[in-house]
Amino acid sequence: MLYEILFYGRGGQGAVTASHILVQAAIYENKYGQGFPFFSAERRGAPVTAYARISDKPILRRGVFSKADLVVVFDHRLIQLGLLKKVLIKNNGILIVNARGAEISRNHINVEGKVHVYAVDATKIAEELGLIVAGWPVVNTAMLGAIVRALPILSIQSVEKAIIEYLGPRIGESNREAASRAYKELVYLGEV
Amino acid sequence: MSKKIALTGNYAIAYAVKLAKPDVIAAYPITPQSPIVEKLAEMIESGELKASMIRVESEHSALAACFGAAVAGARVFTATSSQGLLYMHEVVHWASRARIPMVMAVVSRTINTPWNIWPDHSDFVDQRDTGWIMAYAMDNQEAFDLTLQAFKISEDPSVYLPVMVGIEGFILSHTAMPVEIPDEKLVDDWLGERTQPYVIDGLEPKGLGPLTLPEDTEDIFYGIQLAMENSKRVIKSVDSEYGKLFGREYGGLISCYYCNNAKYIAIALGSWTGDLIEAVNTLREEGYPIGVIRVRFYRPFPREDLWEVLRGAKGVFVFDRAISFGAWGPLFTDLVAGLIQYTNKLPIIVNIVAGIAGVHVSAEDFHNMLLSLINRVESGLEHGYFDWVRIRR
Repeated sequence: MLYEILFYGRGGQGAVTASHILVQAAIYENKYGQGFPFFSAERRGAPVTAYARISDKPILRRGVFSKADLVVVFDHRLIQLGLLKKVLIKNNGILIVNARGAEISRNHINVEGKVHVYAVDATKIAEELGLIVAGWPVVNTAMLGAIVRALPILSIQSVEKAIIEYLGPRIGESNREAASRAYKELVYLGEV
Repeated sequence: MSKKIALTGNYAIAYAVKLAKPDVIAAYPITPQSPIVEKLAEMIESGELKASMIRVESEHSALAACFGAAVAGARVFTATSSQGLLYMHEVVHWASRARIPMVMAVVSRTINTPWNIWPDHSDFVDQRDTGWIMAYAMDNQEAFDLTLQAFKISEDPSVYLPVMVGIEGFILSHTAMPVEIPDEKLVDDWLGERTQPYVIDGLEPKGLGPLTLPEDTEDIFYGIQLAMENSKRVIKSVDSEYGKLFGREYGGLISCYYCNNAKYIAIALGSWTGDLIEAVNTLREEGYPIGVIRVRFYRPFPREDLWEVLRGAKGVFVFDRAISFGAWGPLFTDLVAGLIQYTNKLPIIVNIVAGIAGVHVSAEDFHNMLLSLINRVESGLEHGYFDWVRIRR
């Protein structure tokens, strides 16, 4: 089964790194993955898009996609900018927003059928764990914990191990903690 | 111990180069290649890789520095893309005509102008006549494996030609995929010390490139042609011994998918072949007798292997991600020229040029194109043709 995941964030929030860590986690479960940025010249603070594919079989397809099983939003203000209109969320798909709560209506998104909406305050988790780079809370690892809670294609243990492998033990540990906390703190807001 | 980690195509190449233990690396940054040499610079800085990094002001100088070091006996590596590759083009010929083994990664990017950072194969195929062995990968694992094998092939005494390894920019270069890195000791034992036809190190007088009369020069170039022929055997044996040692064998100069009992064969080079294979997967499930040949080595051109698979085919569909303006795709040209050396009754051969300038061609796009090609042949198409398909969403 192939899952296609789309990340919306801002340059510096670590969306591309998150997509790479997901591939590392897939390796531990003998699965396959791809993680990549939107192929362009990205800047810190500007809206960025990253992509991941996870499958139990080798993945042959390449490049960007515009239809996703799961969309994860690192900065909820991006929703108001209308960015989510560019992607079609598949029927029974998942939307995860970094926010205390989120008012998501069908006007903000482009859906095939129904969408399950989740929220987690990843910014608060990042701040409390001191995950700040150049003044920005880095929410990517927390959001990874939230992803595998909402869509259990990989275990949280694999994600935590991948975070340590990818970031190294020194900064990896607090990031691992962020993923673990977000996994527990993710809230289901219901269907839209 | 081997280890599987998530690596971008660029980093996969850097890790392969690290295992090949080059003495000298010289490169000039260009998107999307830069992370290869940035990673190698990091490895040198941390002491993981004991090599000299020569910093230069251009790609022309980068390859010239590599060439000089290689002539003096060093194992060398460089990497570039697009305009950088075009700028170093003069020295690309120097290396092969002087029969100096070396390895270069080409991370494909559309040729300017206008400014475009997305990949097609135009920069790679532009090197067609340089006398380099030219390989192209489909995924990051293969980019890793080919880079390591490139050193072995290049330094084989029956070859002694430089080798370039191509990958698409971004689609592989910036995409993380699982890559298995083999055990260092195993690689050391397999790859061995550098060999080359001659060394100019100042200890005994030798001349490189003096004025040479036409007949003698022609003989030297004829030697390149013979070495290219020899390299086919070497490429296959390296592929198979690598398979035995490290568990991955690709089929030599070409890879075939569903080719048995295929009436129709689609041919392509590079990572978009993945989307093509997926489309053919679906077509097979729908009952169409179609297969795929992926060209892994563009030079030497694998005419024997292609003929073996294509003899008896009813329709052949060649997908080129490069265009020779005023003509058609380069793979198509070579395929037809190669096949007419075996037969005067060619199958229907259609050339589709697509994905130019980085335009995305999805598995669904391939499915649609193949379906309509099969239908055209089935309904009595009398001869092949060329079409440039511009996909728009």
